[in-house]
Amino acid sequence: MEKERTYTLKIWRQPNANMKGAFKTYKVEDISPGTSFLEMLDILNDQLSENGEDPVHFDHDCREGICGMCSLFINGRPHGPDEEITVCQLHMRVFKDGAKITIEPWRANAFPVIKDLVVDRSAFDRIVQAGGFISVNTGAAVDANAIPIQKVNAELAMDAAACIGCGACVAVCKNASAMLFTAAKVSQLALLPQGDIERKERAMKMVAQMDAEGFGACTNTGACSAECPKGIDLSVIARMNREYFTAKVTT
Amino acid sequence: MSWITDTLGSSIGKKLLMSLTGLFLILFLVIHLIGNLSIFSGDGGLAFNSYAVFMTSFPLIKAVSYLLYFSILLHAFYAFMLWILNRKARPVRYAVEHANQNSSWASRSMTLLGSLIFIFLIMHLKDFWWQFKFGGGYEFEIDANGNRDLYKLVILQFQYTYVVIAYLIGLTALAFHLWHGFQSAFQTLGLNHDRYTPAIRFLGILYAVVVPLGFASMPVYIYFFMK
Repeated sequence: MEKERTYTLKIWRQPNANMKGAFKTYKVEDISPGTSFLEMLDILNDQLSENGEDPVHFDHDCREGICGMCSLFINGRPHGPDEEITVCQLHMRVFKDGAKITIEPWRANAFPVIKDLVVDRSAFDRIVQAGGFISVNTGAAVDANAIPIQKVNAELAMDAAACIGCGACVAVCKNASAMLFTAAKVSQLALLPQGDIERKERAMKMVAQMDAEGFGACTNTGACSAECPKGIDLSVIARMNREYFTAKVTT
Repeated sequence: MSWITDTLGSSIGKKLLMSLTGLFLILFLVIHLIGNLSIFSGDGGLAFNSYAVFMTSFPLIKAVSYLLYFSILLHAFYAFMLWILNRKARPVRYAVEHANQNSSWASRSMTLLGSLIFIFLIMHLKDFWWQFKFGGGYEFEIDANGNRDLYKLVILQFQYTYVVIAYLIGLTALAFHLWHGFQSAFQTLGLNHDRYTPAIRFLGILYAVVVPLGFASMPVYIYFFMK
């Protein structure tokens, strides 16, 4: 059993979208190294509740790295230190005893803060609604093997589809750009025959919606891909650009 | 018309213009470097002076030079627009950021580097281009071929320590700008493939080192070895 640890937490507190926020410092003690980051926040919130204070609000859901809800900017990096993980997969053993940990919400014009560390990511939903789907009539499901798909394309589409829409790409990008997210959603369908029918319309509409939401443009710094919990490759952005240019010059 | 403004006005469209003008400027730099290296031909500047006359009088080159001025201005203008757009996208900044863990300094500093290059460019054009084309106060001598002696002006300018230092700063900014910009231009165009992207990256790094070094060799050599 490893020794239990103490941390100083500097957390962004903001009562609601309209009021000004500020950092507040808290102390947590007796944290075992095996505790997950979110469990550590649960422990803090238990303390706060017992003292009659408002607990720290943060997004979380599956706690197994697949839902994309947890959205914390920890010590200057989305989902904290460590590679290809979400916050729920981050454990306190990464932080030294006595460390000071700064926790901020995603910062983007298109992701307004709702409360404390919770941001509104419905801009992503609207980008997907603009074209991130295929139109098929309902009925009996088609046999999965009825449509032949090249192995390599199936793999690339699957890589792009790994995106969980957490918004880390936007959070880390110096321009708060949503290119990696939008490009992953454009890619996963553009690579498959089912997505081919609407591919031109899709690229144009999704890019237009992305711009309308107030995300920035891409400087190709690669920070998004480096911090993506699912390791989405920068090449999806190149593919989206190709899709967009092709759509624009042929429709 | 709205189709063009829609396309070029979108975030990707703006980047397309940055990419295309950037690649054109990259192409220009090679020509500019090769031509300027005639300074080292050892003939007292005869080759360099006739090259300067050719570059300012041959019709095709003249036409391309207007495209060049236009590209520089467009590149700078769109960079400014993107800078504004990108700043607006994050009104509240982070208290703590560790950007060095996920991206290169050059890639995050393109606006700063570009601004330095722009200031350098104004100085550079004022030093030579303005004097040669519009006569900014310097009386040109005539060389043995009957051409105005631009070579002599180059030698004179690079005797000043502050001029040489300013050129080295400008060229360093250029090197970092190209370090990221070269491969970034291809990525924006959608040219990213396992087969050729490593080659583009290698070529970009080679270019970002060799071309600025080539340019820097002139002021440095002249300053130390030519009086």
